[in-house]
Amino acid sequence: MKAAVIVFPGSNCDRDLAVALEKSSGKAPIMLWHRETEVPQGLDLIAVPGGFSYGDYLRSGAMAAHSPVMREVKRMAEKGVRVLGVCNGFQILTEAGLLPGALMRNRDLKFICRDVHLKVENTETAFTRPYTKGQVVRFPVAHHDGNFFADDELLKRIEGNGQVAFRYAGADGTVSDATNINGSRNNIAGIVNGKGTVLGMMPHPERLIEPKLGGADGKPMFDALVEALS
Amino acid sequence: MKAKVHVTLKNGVLDPQGKAIQHALGSLGFSGVDDVRQGKYIELDLAETDAAKAREAVERMCKELLANTVIENYAISIEG
Amino acid sequence: MSKITPEIVAQHGLTADEYKLVLDIMGREPNLTELGIFSVMWSEHCSYKSSKKWLKTLPTKAPWVICGPGENAGVIDIGENLAAIFKMESHNHPSFIEPYQGAATGVGGILRDVFTMGARPVANLNALRFGSPDHAKTRHLVSGVVSGIGGYGNCVGVPTVGGEVNFHSSYNGNILVNAMTVGVAQQDKIFYSAAAGIGNPVVYVGSKTGRDGIHGATMASAEFNADSEEKRPTVQVGDPFTEKLLIEACMELMATDAIVAIQDMGAAGLTSSSFEMASKGGMGVELELDKVPMRETGMTPYELMLSESQERMLMVLVPGKEDMARAIFEKWELDFAVIGTLTDTGRMVLKWHGEVVGDLPIDPLAAASPEYDRPWIPTPKAPEVQPSDVTELAWNEALARLIASPDLASRRWIWEQYDHMVMGDTVGRPGGDASVVRLHRSNRGLAVTTDCTPRYVKADPVEGGKQAVAETWRNITAVGGRPLAITDNMNFGNPEKPEIMGQFVGACQGIGEACIALDYPVVSGNVSLYNETAGQAILPTPAIGGVGLVDDLDKTASIPFKAEGQVLVLFGQGDRKGWLGQSLYLREIAGREEGAPPPVDLVLERKVGDFVRGVITASDTNTVHDIADGGLLVAVAEMAMSSGIGAALTVDFGGPLHAALFGEDQARYVVAVDAAKVDAVLAQAAAAGVPAVKIGVTGGDALSVNGGVAVPVKALRDANEAWLPEYMSHGA
Repeated sequence: MKAAVIVFPGSNCDRDLAVALEKSSGKAPIMLWHRETEVPQGLDLIAVPGGFSYGDYLRSGAMAAHSPVMREVKRMAEKGVRVLGVCNGFQILTEAGLLPGALMRNRDLKFICRDVHLKVENTETAFTRPYTKGQVVRFPVAHHDGNFFADDELLKRIEGNGQVAFRYAGADGTVSDATNINGSRNNIAGIVNGKGTVLGMMPHPERLIEPKLGGADGKPMFDALVEALS
Repeated sequence: MKAKVHVTLKNGVLDPQGKAIQHALGSLGFSGVDDVRQGKYIELDLAETDAAKAREAVERMCKELLANTVIENYAISIEG
Repeated sequence: MSKITPEIVAQHGLTADEYKLVLDIMGREPNLTELGIFSVMWSEHCSYKSSKKWLKTLPTKAPWVICGPGENAGVIDIGENLAAIFKMESHNHPSFIEPYQGAATGVGGILRDVFTMGARPVANLNALRFGSPDHAKTRHLVSGVVSGIGGYGNCVGVPTVGGEVNFHSSYNGNILVNAMTVGVAQQDKIFYSAAAGIGNPVVYVGSKTGRDGIHGATMASAEFNADSEEKRPTVQVGDPFTEKLLIEACMELMATDAIVAIQDMGAAGLTSSSFEMASKGGMGVELELDKVPMRETGMTPYELMLSESQERMLMVLVPGKEDMARAIFEKWELDFAVIGTLTDTGRMVLKWHGEVVGDLPIDPLAAASPEYDRPWIPTPKAPEVQPSDVTELAWNEALARLIASPDLASRRWIWEQYDHMVMGDTVGRPGGDASVVRLHRSNRGLAVTTDCTPRYVKADPVEGGKQAVAETWRNITAVGGRPLAITDNMNFGNPEKPEIMGQFVGACQGIGEACIALDYPVVSGNVSLYNETAGQAILPTPAIGGVGLVDDLDKTASIPFKAEGQVLVLFGQGDRKGWLGQSLYLREIAGREEGAPPPVDLVLERKVGDFVRGVITASDTNTVHDIADGGLLVAVAEMAMSSGIGAALTVDFGGPLHAALFGEDQARYVVAVDAAKVDAVLAQAAAAGVPAVKIGVTGGDALSVNGGVAVPVKALRDANEAWLPEYMSHGA
């Protein structure tokens, strides 16, 4: 698998994602600077990391969505190259129009950093195939703007197409307002595009890839990507 | 000339910051505040001297960057 | 040129005697810019004029100390050609005036102190003290400080992994915000601040200079009064995104051989950074102030020298490397300007469009700043509190109240607002004893903690000083770490009062004794005095930040119980029956804040700690908790609450039960050991002369003491978790 991690000046999970990819593939991904206007040939996966891209003072991900490298990412995504956006990466992908909806300030207005339980909804993608439908996994979140919004019509379309990848849930898999950490509509924590080739999610699979860090539920996602894209 | 842009959340989009402000006003004893919506105010100094052209340019800026039209509305006023 | 009147001198916080010294050094009347420079350089904040005499007595050496106090931060050897670089620093006054920005810029400042020296920051901690929960401003201050720390640290992408919080009415008008950063550098890539090389370029990088925080350093050294509110405009605003760019740009430049010396512009901005660099290197410096990147128009030399705009650094470069360095900073979209050169004159010459606007001798000003031997009186010894004189409440009721009290309630509400996992190496998360951060791509880690028990220090500064150091040492030991060195952040009241100065002197003595006994030197620190409002001083608070090394991350311990049926062993008790003086039990249950604090036996401390660490590294346990605030039962309850597993305790120290359960005797740990191993561990303890006694067994979902009533762990956890979110949910 030939993978690249985008690096914005304010990215701060770029290294974490690179470590996770390398751990699964044995090969360090290419780090792509935000001003690049061309991406290397033959990429299988582009990862857009967490952080604060350009400071995120206007709106999370708004400026990054218009960066030179993102124009290329869009072009690659249209060709079917897999794109994974985590946290700020998810915000950027929605702002760039690669994924529907928007991410707003958390319902209780506070930054939230903790492990959350997610119910896996869609296992038909290269990202989520190792999990079983309805399985409960534990990933950390660390965000201020993770409150997923889509209007009723859009929400219906996303749900109808099976584009929901993960929902905030309890340890037993219950999905309710009590397990909705940030006010996201329908508890949505991650979605894919219509073709299932672009995944955006607020939780950080790269942060739980070994028991020493407190868990390894994120590891299968990277292992599966390597398997599917090699 | 100067462009003033107000960016607000669309009706129907939950505004947690606005709700928090409303709650805080209530607890400070300001009664009768039925709703609070908050947003952003952006001031732009433009080289353009033609008001119509300026408005058109700012309109594009709003659509492309200043507002996220999935959740936000914007209002532009051109002065000077 | 304006005449310097006594009023202007007073406005600059200089005494008449100090101004006389200014005239002596200058040999003439200074102009306003020069006076401003003297004022910040000689402020308490920059000169340590009241504290220097006593700070010099602290032990600062050990074979593993690479650089002790005096640089931007302390440096210790952590093996494999790596160094840990760390420091703690206060941002108390700015945080009281504007809590969000005050705390945020406090984090930014301490980060710069660490990466200036070549270290990538890997952990942030913060020691916070707020006023009484029922004081009108407390909630607003907690909310602002916590979001400010999070807002800054989360954006720069350095995990905030630990710290501590106390509430006490003595902080009502003077909160304490002490921020600590720990970084890791290659030992052959450590950068210092001493300027060298006549003719070498002096370079300014980072953000542009505005009128932020003019006179912040003098403000931080003045007692608060009613018109402090008017000082609001001097508070600086932080830009964590720029800080992140600055870290990356500096790291990139530091990988080359272009830097001769580097210093961040912290309090007193360009003045103190340029003075310190020149003074340390025995150099002169000429600055062309009109070349400083400016954010506002019409700025004067006076303002440029005193501005405390954030996210700026000053460097001396190897000649000829300017273009390469400029390219790096431009890549990161930061300002870069050559603003001066080093000279051999020993003077600082300031120019403004070619004209000399300031000319000061460096050595007399920087090195000969005032040093006071302020009068002090020792704190009178408080009487011991006899357990038999203290109300005895049923243990279950006392425990329920204690764990839901402001000083013991869960801090989850706070640390969940901090990104404590970014960088992917947080092995020991907040909420335990020390936090543990893995050294990247290795199986070793740094154990880090901050501690101080101000009520002990107030009652007995010497014992309290010892205790603060010992508690950090114990917390690092409890996770299996080898404690290596500390940073101290000395927060006290007005040193011109002999009883306050006595607290400072006593605390220094206690800290020094503990450092020697534990082989645990001070490598960096910061002093914050004049923490008083309307004559009311804070509890003396020498916050200690400790750093230790975990040699093998497969041999560590944490506080949650891991299994049922394990035997709980209490180490360190000996024949002590439980010390209630200054305990939280005494304060929260009996309503008495009095007595002598628990004495600290440093020999016992070391013996017990070294033994417990050995039990961890021998893999005979992975479950350890030190005993601190609240005593034995609170420690066991915390182990139960964090795991959901209960315990049945059998406790009898030969005295009253409340003293045994809630006494705060020092040098103690609770350790859970497999039943099959416990006899061997106890035999080893006996052989080593370490007091050890079985006090119970883990299991079930409730906590009980000596049979009888059992308290469900869930009920305890709910009460422990509820207090802070509940408190913060009231009001705005």
